[in-house]
Amino acid sequence: MKKYWRIVWNGITPANPILILAIGLCSVVAVTNSVQNALLMTFVFSFVLIFSEIIISLLRKVIPVDIRVPIFVVVIATFTTIATLLSRAYFNSIYEAIKLYIFLVVVNCIIIGRAEAFSYQNSIVDSIFDGIGMSIGYGWVIIVMAAVREVFGNGTIAGFRVFPASYSPALVMILPPAGFLILGVLVGWLEFTLRKKKVKK
Amino acid sequence: MSYLANLGKIFVASAFVNNIVLLQFLGLCSYIGLTDDMHASIGMGYAVTFVTVLAAAVTWIIDRWILIPFNLQPFLQIVSFILVIGSLVGLVEIYIRKMSPHLYKAMGIYLPLIATNCLILGVTFINSLQGFDFVESIVEAIGAAIGYFMAMLILAGIRERLRNSELPDFFKGKAIAYMVSGIVALAFMGFQGMIK
Repeated sequence: MKKYWRIVWNGITPANPILILAIGLCSVVAVTNSVQNALLMTFVFSFVLIFSEIIISLLRKVIPVDIRVPIFVVVIATFTTIATLLSRAYFNSIYEAIKLYIFLVVVNCIIIGRAEAFSYQNSIVDSIFDGIGMSIGYGWVIIVMAAVREVFGNGTIAGFRVFPASYSPALVMILPPAGFLILGVLVGWLEFTLRKKKVKK
Repeated sequence: MSYLANLGKIFVASAFVNNIVLLQFLGLCSYIGLTDDMHASIGMGYAVTFVTVLAAAVTWIIDRWILIPFNLQPFLQIVSFILVIGSLVGLVEIYIRKMSPHLYKAMGIYLPLIATNCLILGVTFINSLQGFDFVESIVEAIGAAIGYFMAMLILAGIRERLRNSELPDFFKGKAIAYMVSGIVALAFMGFQGMIK
């Protein structure tokens, strides 16, 4: 049990895909202008990641080393298509706003990277836990970013009003540049806390 | 509006007003990962320009002549585009290695990285979503690639200077690169009035 917890925890901070490894960033900055977008993106991302890790780990003895990347891509693309159609059916209005970034989950470096580095070498149960850990790691970062940006940029969280209506929003927070700024602050903060921990040890 | 003016508008829109990296956030992995090194950014810029235009042309043909007539677009578009681009990059790599070792030295090592670059796939999806015709797609791709090249050069230049500046330790490297790109993106938003 401890081993699984370590795999999950690994995705949440020490090897956080966004903050530490800095891969798969396209969707992170783009969809964090509202919490609803971030939630849908997290759903799509975890769906694709977990299911493709399962399939790849099931097939890892069959897939030849030389052509593994194209096979990974086909598996991931299949699940991305499924996730696209699902979100079009059930969350149409959010889907219309971020559909380009949902399509681009297929080239998300995190998913290909995890397929290559983890599930191609590990058993199916480990892969599921790795997928869950990475999804949580991805999800918390983009939901926190989205919450900050939406509160300051619009005065709401996921559509519910937090600040009174008389609050005049800082519009720049929901515009593109603030995505970069907040990501920068978050990365700096994590680096800061990790260093402090190291010094203590 | 005449056709030519329309093309000009698409070009300006994709290179400046909706800069593909800074305002649409495509290709961020290489944008943050490679701009540590000016030389690498230039090589990557050439490689991306070349492949984006090629990919836009090929995927337009596939989209219009195969996927739409047979009504396959909703569920085969993603799979077919990514596979076509992947094999295209492979072919280009083989061709360049054989035909021009010099060019291969300049951009060859970046080609494998490109197969999974969000920018190239993103441009082809934008073309398909906007319903551009063939020439418009090519122009959009050129504009996007130039926008990418420009953003890479700007950030690589700034990071070269940042290396010698005094920063808090934990902001060095990626964190400050994000914040600088935020400010550059703010500057690029000034282009917004250029087209209506």
